[in-house]
Amino acid sequence: MPIPVRLRVNETDREHVIEPRVLLVHYLRDHCGLTGTHVGCETGICGACTVLVDGRAVKSCTMFAVQAEGSSVTTIEGVANGHLHPVQEGFWACHGLQCGYCTPGMIMASIHLLAENPSPTRAQIAEGLRGNLCRCTGYSHIIDAVARAGQGAASGREVARG
Amino acid sequence: MADPKTPYVGRAMKRIEDPRLIKGIGTYVDDLRLPGLVHAAILRSPHAHARIRRIDTAAARALPGVIGVFTGADVNAACGLVPCAASIPDLKAPKHTVLAGDRVYFVGHPVAIAVASDPYAARDAVEAIDVDYDPLPVVANAEAAVKPGSPLTHPDLGTNVAYTHAVAGGSSIDEAFRSADRVITHRLYHQRLTPMPIEPRGVVASFHQGEGTLTIWSSTQIPHLLRTLLPGMIGVAENKLRIVAPEVGGGFGAKLNVYAEEALIAHLAMRLQRPVKWIESRRENAAVTIHGRDQVGEYEIAVRNDGQILGIRTRTIADLGSYLQLLTPAIPTLTGLVLTGCYRIPAVKIEIVGVYTHKMATDAYRGAGRPEATYLIERLMDVVANELGIDRLEIRLKHFPQPSEFPFATSCGLTYDSGNYQGALAKAKQLANWDQLVKDRDAARAAGKLSGIGVSTYVEICAMGPSKAMPAGGWEWGCVRMEISGKVTAITGVSPHGQGQETTFAQIVADRIGVPIEDVVVLHGDTNVAHYGRDTYGSRGTAVGGTAIVMCIDKIIAKAKTLAAHLFETTSDHVEFGNGVFTAPGVTNREIAWAELAGEAYVAKNLPAGLEPGLEASSFFEPQNFTFPFGTHIVAVAVDRDTGQVKITKYVAVDDCGPLINPLIVEGQIQGGIAHSIGQVLFEKTVYDENGQLLTGEFMDYALPRATDIPEYVLGHTVTPTSVNPLGIKGVGEAGTIGATPAIANAVLDALAPLGVTHLDLPMTPERVWHAMKTTTAATTA
Repeated sequence: MPIPVRLRVNETDREHVIEPRVLLVHYLRDHCGLTGTHVGCETGICGACTVLVDGRAVKSCTMFAVQAEGSSVTTIEGVANGHLHPVQEGFWACHGLQCGYCTPGMIMASIHLLAENPSPTRAQIAEGLRGNLCRCTGYSHIIDAVARAGQGAASGREVARG
Repeated sequence: MADPKTPYVGRAMKRIEDPRLIKGIGTYVDDLRLPGLVHAAILRSPHAHARIRRIDTAAARALPGVIGVFTGADVNAACGLVPCAASIPDLKAPKHTVLAGDRVYFVGHPVAIAVASDPYAARDAVEAIDVDYDPLPVVANAEAAVKPGSPLTHPDLGTNVAYTHAVAGGSSIDEAFRSADRVITHRLYHQRLTPMPIEPRGVVASFHQGEGTLTIWSSTQIPHLLRTLLPGMIGVAENKLRIVAPEVGGGFGAKLNVYAEEALIAHLAMRLQRPVKWIESRRENAAVTIHGRDQVGEYEIAVRNDGQILGIRTRTIADLGSYLQLLTPAIPTLTGLVLTGCYRIPAVKIEIVGVYTHKMATDAYRGAGRPEATYLIERLMDVVANELGIDRLEIRLKHFPQPSEFPFATSCGLTYDSGNYQGALAKAKQLANWDQLVKDRDAARAAGKLSGIGVSTYVEICAMGPSKAMPAGGWEWGCVRMEISGKVTAITGVSPHGQGQETTFAQIVADRIGVPIEDVVVLHGDTNVAHYGRDTYGSRGTAVGGTAIVMCIDKIIAKAKTLAAHLFETTSDHVEFGNGVFTAPGVTNREIAWAELAGEAYVAKNLPAGLEPGLEASSFFEPQNFTFPFGTHIVAVAVDRDTGQVKITKYVAVDDCGPLINPLIVEGQIQGGIAHSIGQVLFEKTVYDENGQLLTGEFMDYALPRATDIPEYVLGHTVTPTSVNPLGIKGVGEAGTIGATPAIANAVLDALAPLGVTHLDLPMTPERVWHAMKTTTAATTA
């Protein structure tokens, strides 16, 4: 039986009547039209569907939309306000993406990571992104990207070239 | 912004394709929204082998939102057979329909498809389909499948052996073994792997009844091959068929295929007169998108006591799975093609037996045949060095051809056009600080730690390839158009999905045409735009596709010179072109830039006699050979004595892919490729149990490397251009995966050598390493 759900997505109030079984990721994609949040596994492992719910990184395939009732959700479409977010800049500058499919989730997880620890070491970045799988980059450029975006950008190694 | 006079080629430029991807506004297949779109879900066999007694779809069809439920009896006649393009003499092949007929033969075999108004309803419908299966005997192991009395994957074929392929090359193999001081034998197993792109597959099809045109959006690497092959399945003419590969979320060979679902969804869109979408779940992706590798072999090496290898003899059993996808039987034969690696080995005899089992089909996964060969030869070089007490760099150097000996003909029948294997090894040693690395390892050992160093010196086959060696043509097509405005549109027949050719091709075009890179747009992945192509696989995109673009540019410049000569009132041999400007020194001081020239070409009021209007050219580039990139990887590892955990402490890779168009993108390709190898050596293995049940059907069970598993890399290059194309470039998409696997494996075995461990199968998981440490005997193939 469909029920109403009210939440705030990317600073816009949303109200829909949906089946309670609808996952948050499908709600965002199919009801809000925000297809930047991707589905990679539906089991909470790959992290492609990571969004921020009340500022915390959440895998939106592990949550029903109705569980986000009253929450404020930020998706990849909501992080650039007229100019790229520093994490987006970092991914672009450091070639932190190839096919781009894991990228929105990686960026959202990285924003959360930097909010918790603005100057992470490379090891802390890797630890913070353990919940997000990338099959293209081999992660090294992703770590470069997050280090660049963090306040500890100086500790971010320049990309090694021989 | 760099100095505009600095060429774009060679610069580590940010990618042109990235802004849409980092903003989340790229369009992948699942992001398509079409009016009237309906959604499909597929019921798949839970049995590895069973007779289907009955399928009852009544309950499913009665559910709300369900539009239709279809079985093999409903659709197979209209969808044809899943094609295999590989040409192997005397190949025995099952006829594989898009849905199962009266028998299923692997877990995940599609049995029925439900179409509903939304994806949730479609899944509900699948749950409500009732199938009565009668289980049949299963064979899930290729070595067991070739034994007499084994259950048959396809009883009507009468055997599980699909083919036997033999390669004998060089001097007499029998003589090599007769004259050997000793024969070293070794068994090596290259485990089955699951490619696991983060975006599963997906298909949307829409039929325009009035035009009779069918458009298929697919998460594919090969829109053009689909356009060539699907007409034979679904009966829509090639010129009524448009295939679009939108953003594609990773391929790695898994999307280099024609899949049943592509024909099935297309058929349903025509049948239902509505656009239909099917998006693969991760469980489906693990079970029914092709797997890779899965070869086991006994290798015999004839050697002299001075370390000279005289010959290699092998019989490899390749597990093809239960049926043939596009290139399934061809992949193991690639292993035979490059088995001698970068070495002069006078005689080889290779027998490859392709075998059916009740598992998913294997096919091209990143490297496809070459990682298997490289793992074999590079492990064997270490085995021989250890047995004879020879330094493992020494034995490699001893068998390298000299740089002056290229073109170098191998015993496997290839001709390597160029190479300097000594140069790459020397550079890697220098970057790794080899002598210190060895001292550090020895000091760690003296302190009771398990520390090891591994090396691989590899060569690969790239830039696929000459048409005579490819099933459906190996050329590539391109088109370049100087627009009337002076902007440039380049269209390529390759289909990048992360490799960055929107950027690298723009770099090439901007330099050669002499325009700012911002004025160049590169289009791909839509057969209505890129009319012909042979798509992206086999590290061919830039070496073959980029060359076709260069040929177009040359034609445009030649035509533009004719037009400029007319405007200068001279002949074209007086016209010079550089930095986007045409001049005629000694004739006139006038300069004509592209915008003016293009205006003249398209307005066409003042053209020389016989010159067609417009400034556009298309070209097909046919390479005369493959290219043969090479390199050296050096890896140091530490093994935890208590847990068996392997930690990579140093990683040095020197790759020679020829000149670099964009070093940042090359680096990304190499790092990503190495990560696949880290997964293969340390974590990944596709596991079926003896009943053919897939035990690695999720990311939960199939361990991809994570960010914490990756070492810091030291990457270097040597540059040995190929003569096969005018850019001199060779390809780099698979290099990491080819070079890294044996280097890491050799390092782990070097670390365990003091314990007497001489062999471990992949993956070298903590459990397997721990077990080997405890027993100090070689672990055997699982």
